[in-house]
Amino acid sequence: MREQLVELIRLAVTSLPKEVEQALQQALEREKNSLAKLQLEVMLKNVAYARERSLPLCQDTGMPIFFVRGFSNLAEVVEELRQAVREATTRVPLRPSVVDALTRENTGDNTGEGVPVIHFLPGDEKSITFLAKGAGSENVSRAKMLPAREGVAGIKRFVVETLRSAGAKPCPPVIVGVGIGGTLEHAAMLAKEALLLPLGERNSREELSRLEQELLEEINALGIGAMGMGGNTTCLGVKVLTSACHTASLPVAVSVQCWAHRYARLRRVNEEWVVEQ
Amino acid sequence: MRELSTPVSREEVLSLRAGEVVYLSGVIVTARDRAHRRALEEGQAPVSFNVIYHCGPLVRRRDDAWEVLSAGPTTSARMEPYLEQLLERFSTRLIIGKGGFSKAARGLLKKHACAYLAFTGGAGALAARAVKRVRGVHWLELGIPEALWVLEVERFGPLIVAMDAHGESVYQG
Repeated sequence: MREQLVELIRLAVTSLPKEVEQALQQALEREKNSLAKLQLEVMLKNVAYARERSLPLCQDTGMPIFFVRGFSNLAEVVEELRQAVREATTRVPLRPSVVDALTRENTGDNTGEGVPVIHFLPGDEKSITFLAKGAGSENVSRAKMLPAREGVAGIKRFVVETLRSAGAKPCPPVIVGVGIGGTLEHAAMLAKEALLLPLGERNSREELSRLEQELLEEINALGIGAMGMGGNTTCLGVKVLTSACHTASLPVAVSVQCWAHRYARLRRVNEEWVVEQ
Repeated sequence: MRELSTPVSREEVLSLRAGEVVYLSGVIVTARDRAHRRALEEGQAPVSFNVIYHCGPLVRRRDDAWEVLSAGPTTSARMEPYLEQLLERFSTRLIIGKGGFSKAARGLLKKHACAYLAFTGGAGALAARAVKRVRGVHWLELGIPEALWVLEVERFGPLIVAMDAHGESVYQG
């Protein structure tokens, strides 16, 4: 499946998912601020140009992250994904962005100790999702152990404050994944996974759907706007995933994603691997 | 809309006002964290810093030439700690990046007659379209994203004068 994995990575970095493109288009139609409008226009023009030429839309092809479902041969999958990232780096190509955490030496092929990042998830159906995570947005993401008494109000304050202090750094309009509950690392994982939920779909839990909507409105009220130019679109969508947690804890994680939300999925359809976005 | 070409003079920079849209042609050089640090440690650079572009391009080697495939801006805030020394040591007139600097940098840009231009983050493919040629590369040992890439650009833009040399800025913070 090497060939399909390289194609998975190529599709993710050269093409923006349609629903993200539509969200940018809607933001442009709503926008009144002329500088913010210009930014949104350039983004959409870039998406079309990159797709047409099969070019990476952003030079930061990101940290390679995989969400793997339904596989049992984990060691083999890890090796296969590492090889696929190496091959994609020369063939797509990707920018070599991965370095040793301490010496800062570039590995040259986007793999390294623990990289690509691979999350194994349970599931009956086999699928592999690739997410390219740029550093501009990852660097402003946060996790915090809130005092349990702060509840929903505390969660909202933390999420909005994270986006306020991020300002223009994560390339707004952003997509925000929020993980609530579990433990420190589980909340962070849920926040990342939440980024992969369909933007236009309502959360099936009523109180979470309301929380997502309220967070979206509060983040947009910050007025940061497209690339920090002001205006009414700072965020395209907020997605929340939750987990039960200890009675004394309230872990919250916020995964911020840039407008260039690049991901794609490999699925098994009629005995064949199919790359889709 | 304004057209500018390099080298950019002090007078030209002083004529730019926050909110204006500019297209730039000529020679620019990319520099990120590590290149800033090295230039300041060595007190010199192997190429003119008249226009600095905060960018780590995605490049491909084709025979003897480098081809730029995607080259949007990187987050400028990371380079802000070097800004004061950079402007004192080099006569940089334009810095191109994304996200801007903090309020504290407005005074520095004014004092040294330098303007900050913003290009749309993530629009790497369009930025690369404006790159006509790679003139050279220095400090490649820092890694491809961190090296100094000397790029010949034609009508690179739209660039927004996000922070001008008079202390004005389009950013809130």
